[in-house]
Amino acid sequence: MAQYEAVIGLEVHVELKTDTKIFCHSSTEFGADPNHHVCPVCLGLPGVLPVVNKKVVEYAIKAGLALNCRIAAFSKFDRKNYYYPDLPKNYQISQYDLPIAEHGCLEINVHGVDKRIGITRLHMEEDAGKLVHHGTISSTPFSLVDYNRTGVPLIEIVSEPDMRSADEAVAYLEKLKAIIQYTGVSDCKMQEGSLRCDANISVRPAGQAELGTKAEIKNMNSFKALHKAVSYEIQRQIKLLESGGKVVQETRTWDEARGETLSMRSKEEAHDYRYLPDPDLAPLVIDRAWVEAIKAGLPELPDARRQRLVTAYGLPEYDAMVLTSSRELADYYEECVQIYNNPKLVSNWVMGELARMMNAGGQDIQEVRISPAQLAKLLQLLAEGTISGRIARTVLEEMFNTGKDAGKVIEEQGLVQISDTGLIEKVVDEVIATNPKSVEDYRSGKEKAIGFLVGQVMKSTKGKANPGLVNELLKEKLNK
Amino acid sequence: MISIKDVEHVALLARLSLTEDEKQVYGKQLSDILENVRKLQDLNTEGVPPTAHVLDLQNVFREDRLGEHMPVDQVLANAPDRQDNFFKVPKIM
Ligand SMILES: [Zn+2]
Repeated sequence: MAQYEAVIGLEVHVELKTDTKIFCHSSTEFGADPNHHVCPVCLGLPGVLPVVNKKVVEYAIKAGLALNCRIAAFSKFDRKNYYYPDLPKNYQISQYDLPIAEHGCLEINVHGVDKRIGITRLHMEEDAGKLVHHGTISSTPFSLVDYNRTGVPLIEIVSEPDMRSADEAVAYLEKLKAIIQYTGVSDCKMQEGSLRCDANISVRPAGQAELGTKAEIKNMNSFKALHKAVSYEIQRQIKLLESGGKVVQETRTWDEARGETLSMRSKEEAHDYRYLPDPDLAPLVIDRAWVEAIKAGLPELPDARRQRLVTAYGLPEYDAMVLTSSRELADYYEECVQIYNNPKLVSNWVMGELARMMNAGGQDIQEVRISPAQLAKLLQLLAEGTISGRIARTVLEEMFNTGKDAGKVIEEQGLVQISDTGLIEKVVDEVIATNPKSVEDYRSGKEKAIGFLVGQVMKSTKGKANPGLVNELLKEKLNK
Repeated sequence: MISIKDVEHVALLARLSLTEDEKQVYGKQLSDILENVRKLQDLNTEGVPPTAHVLDLQNVFREDRLGEHMPVDQVLANAPDRQDNFFKVPKIM
């Protein structure tokens, strides 16, 4: 069997976080009543004049710089012509041959290997409207159209076909999302559609230089979906070639429920968008000083921050990578360490227990009710021995649910660690008396038996006994 | 001279349904237009920089400031059909 290599490129659309649309003063706010955030310009009524929102250009330049792109000195807008009800003008204003930014790259790390992924171009364009279908899409003969999203500013970021696996594609998208989020030009919320991703995928026999025929995959609404869709499509194409078939150049949609990519069998002829320069919009001549000013305003980006966390706090690479995956998470971590300077302990708890609770509740760090100062206090109590690790987890859970201070939870629930030797000794004696089997096991050399006895002491003290003391006292008595 | 096939292609892209006679007529008209435009190729454009816009304008910006939205009934006044506050159109697959 021949070995195949997959070749993957991603096209990512990111919604920019401006107050108004790209060419008019209508609001970009998410979730308004249908057709309430529109005006004559974004509805494409006759005689209107679109004027570009300066902030959109600024944000596009900012994103371009963060992705190591070259910013164009001269750029313009073009009309991309196609008929679809989500597009009131029958053309989309986009950028064709002179995009605002080109020739960028970002670094990914997959299974410990660093790799650079090229970015071909980044351009500005307007979003289209939303089609709503009542019932299933196949049962209704009508589409309902909401133009609120029409004209919301997007940047489209096109990668080089530099990825070779689903893991690399996901790593690229994660990194891209992190970088864009750090710059603050977008929220990049996949579930709200402010980050959307299409994949171009082809396969070729290993060692062949020429690219295979590609398929474009759409409708992947999460990182998980991207991974599954890319893996599926690679296997589909390999099987097709192995059985003597041919890959057809086409658009396919990811069907999450079926776990397959399906041909969209679009009746539309091969893409023929007949781009033309938009005569309504004046070209952009980008002043170098403006670009430099935007560059100076860029925040510390994920790679630099990761490096700094390693050197400043002595964190392992892995911790630093996880903590810098979003700007908010890294901010949270650093704020906590500023208050309680125990970097590795804080990292363990943020990446461990706190992340587990966030994942379980589907929450972002911004939604967590525990402030960095509150977490710092809890970890301080833990390190000082006021509470045990097990109790700290219980307290954290309560803090997570209620937003209460650690001290208050501990007091309310009487969770202070018992470090009173006399008290613990009493319980230890009881446990030794009631578990002769384990005591005998231990004394006859099975040292592991002590774990069970420690567990029994912890159980009867509801986890509040100081585990170090319990161990010490048990050994002392058993070795007598 | 543009072919009937070209005419059919352009008509499809423009969502126009043409009779055989119309294809002939429009084919001829389109060819004439292209021929006229082709004459521009004869001009000597040496030393003339490419033009992106006919007016000598650049960097026409607006600030990111909210303005008025249209009342929804006005928005939908020209809709072929409406349902609640949506435009209602035939489904295109
Ligand atoms: Zn508008």
